[in-house]
Amino acid sequence: MHELSICESIVSALEASARREGFSRVTKVRLEIGCFGGVEVEALRFGFDVTTRGTLAEGAALEILEREGKAWCFNCSNSFPVTRRDIDCPGCGGARVTVTGGDELRIKDLEVM
Amino acid sequence: MIEIEQNIMAKNDGYAARNRQRLQGTGTLALNLVSSPGSGKTSLLVATIRALAGRLPVAVIEGDQQTSNDADRIRATGVPAIQVNTGKGCHLDAHMVGHAIDHLGLTDNGILFIENVGNLVCPAAFDLGEEAKVAILSVTEGEDKPLKYPDMFAASSLMILNKTDLLPHLDFDMAACAANARRINPTIDILHVSARTGEGLADWVEWLDNRRKAVLARSIAVAEAQVARLRLAAGE
Repeated sequence: MHELSICESIVSALEASARREGFSRVTKVRLEIGCFGGVEVEALRFGFDVTTRGTLAEGAALEILEREGKAWCFNCSNSFPVTRRDIDCPGCGGARVTVTGGDELRIKDLEVM
Repeated sequence: MIEIEQNIMAKNDGYAARNRQRLQGTGTLALNLVSSPGSGKTSLLVATIRALAGRLPVAVIEGDQQTSNDADRIRATGVPAIQVNTGKGCHLDAHMVGHAIDHLGLTDNGILFIENVGNLVCPAAFDLGEEAKVAILSVTEGEDKPLKYPDMFAASSLMILNKTDLLPHLDFDMAACAANARRINPTIDILHVSARTGEGLADWVEWLDNRRKAVLARSIAVAEAQVARLRLAAGE
């Protein structure tokens, strides 16, 4: 359940942004979460509701843009989309495949007032 | 609408970068030891400290939800150790580790072992400022652990298969386990160790020496660049 600490990081990033930009309420947060970000989206939603209570983002809508994973084959240099790490290359069937993308954990943008 | 395009982990990563810079400055090899509970991390550390036999300065940060049992075991070997209790937390973060480093008072050019909370999930997501993560898997666990918890094995540079003295009593398939780990992480190093009998410890110590040399080489390069800048400024 490290999703709770991740939500606490989101709230402190929102508070820092509020001080910088001079807003007092956040009504919507859009996150980009990669499939290898190590985060369970449902747990993140639950944690977001809990950790934003009593903060500038209480009741804010949470939109999560899920990003697909990418992998690269050592054998044939093929790049392809993946959803798991234990996968063979769809091009050559090789098993020496490494994940090269899909670890996004980003706050993309906010709606504020 | 405000575009912020900020990494959610930015705060942790900032602390991690600060830790890394400090560790680099003191020529310290910092390793983040991760595993499930009961893989034998603390026993491995005690055996490692004995195998190093005072040849290098060693310090240990112990992470657990409760108790100071592990730090007590390390201190009994004569090595400085600090216990971080995470309470309800399931992982160490870079901020906690920074504080622990403040209290430890690192000796230069040694090794800092950070024994994370026994958990193969959450610690994968938190950079502590370490040089590498080392996953410890005991042979009493399943050989499919790397497939079940892929993020951790993907994030680790080395997998230590521990408790190999128990192999005669088990059906654990070492080759299958290695194949599973390499399927998740084709470049992971793998060592076989028994902290109890000392088998394989020499390989682990050699791995530590090699990583430590790499860290020191980087520290030397940074120091030499600094000297070159100073010489230039002095008009030499």
